[in-house]
Amino acid sequence: MPIAFSKSDRQQVLVLYLSSSALDSSVIAWANYDGTGRMIHMAGDEDRPPYKSGLSALEDGWRLFQASPLQPHGSGDEFRTSYLKYEFFFEKIVTTGHD
Amino acid sequence: MTEIKHLTTSQMAQFAARGFLQLDTAIPDALNKQFLDDIGKSSEQPDSIINHYDAIRQSSTIPIVPAGTALRDAYPKGSALAKLLADRFVAGAIDSLVGLDCLFDHHFLHITFPEEMYPDAMRPVRAQNTHQDSTIDPRQAFDVQVFYFPHEVTLAMGGTRFIPGSHFRIVSEASIGRYQNVRGQQHVICPAGTVMFFHMGIWHGGGMNRSDQKRYMFKIRLCPSKRQRRLWDPNASYDKAQRAIFWTGGQQPDPDHLHSILTRPEKWFELDTGRLEYINRIRFWRYLTGDKNFDADYWLTRVENEYTD
Repeated sequence: MPIAFSKSDRQQVLVLYLSSSALDSSVIAWANYDGTGRMIHMAGDEDRPPYKSGLSALEDGWRLFQASPLQPHGSGDEFRTSYLKYEFFFEKIVTTGHD
Repeated sequence: MTEIKHLTTSQMAQFAARGFLQLDTAIPDALNKQFLDDIGKSSEQPDSIINHYDAIRQSSTIPIVPAGTALRDAYPKGSALAKLLADRFVAGAIDSLVGLDCLFDHHFLHITFPEEMYPDAMRPVRAQNTHQDSTIDPRQAFDVQVFYFPHEVTLAMGGTRFIPGSHFRIVSEASIGRYQNVRGQQHVICPAGTVMFFHMGIWHGGGMNRSDQKRYMFKIRLCPSKRQRRLWDPNASYDKAQRAIFWTGGQQPDPDHLHSILTRPEKWFELDTGRLEYINRIRFWRYLTGDKNFDADYWLTRVENEYTD
């Protein structure tokens, strides 16, 4: 079902990085972006994660809209570590009352 | 001449596992003051950050040094930086990690300004995003970055933020800016004269300065000019024998055992790739020692156990 979106609605985005592909695994890294402009988030501004797990974020009303796929490991590259693997994007739509 | 103080095998193991070391001793106040005098003068309330840097550059005695210069030729005798690098603990760490015959890559005076010093157009001020220096660098040889904090860094000043154990992650510089916060991240809050050594790959960023004072940090990148094999101690001894794993009879492993240090997870490790980080560390220890058969808790032996016919 499409989400109604009015001119005064803004998107808040929460990015959670989990310890495995399971949505109920623990949060190891996170980021916040607030489209209402009410809160300015930045690197290093919180040392404690906002939620214990991705499931905890769902229980608090965040809507999951993207999850990173599981990729096979390339031959010869099986042991290389790089970017955080288990990235989940959540959103909340907030009515600001102004256009 | 005072003998330099090399790192211990335990310190090298900590560096292998976590990608950084903080020296046990601080640089004396007199030398910190000389450095702050050497970096140049600026007005207390410059009209812009660019003007502040320009003012410093015009009066600074920090030398302009071509990349690739031998470190021993980089700084004039008697300068604060020459004295810093001659400190027995600093020189010992450099010799242990990259050798005293290493090459100078670059240096830079990082200044983090209080918010009130930024022009209106640049506000609101934000912390520097997390990044890895330089560019994609999959080498096993490694450079080190010396971070020198010439004055006390308080919590309000922000400090350098870094992610312990992130140094083996092969990423492309600023690409990791999306990771605002990572469990276990550390902020350098330290007394004047603190010196830290970082593996080139460590993820880091400058914290936002919420104080009313400028924050200075001087960084020097050093490159090895030879294979980095047992530079801290040619006769280094370390734990080689395998020990019982998983089913250990309820005994807690010795936390100072080399295998414990190399297989200790960081708070941000993913369940599966955390094990790959153990393998990265074991391979790094093989590089540091030249010991091609070294293993910790069987992580590499298990996957190398192959028969061709």
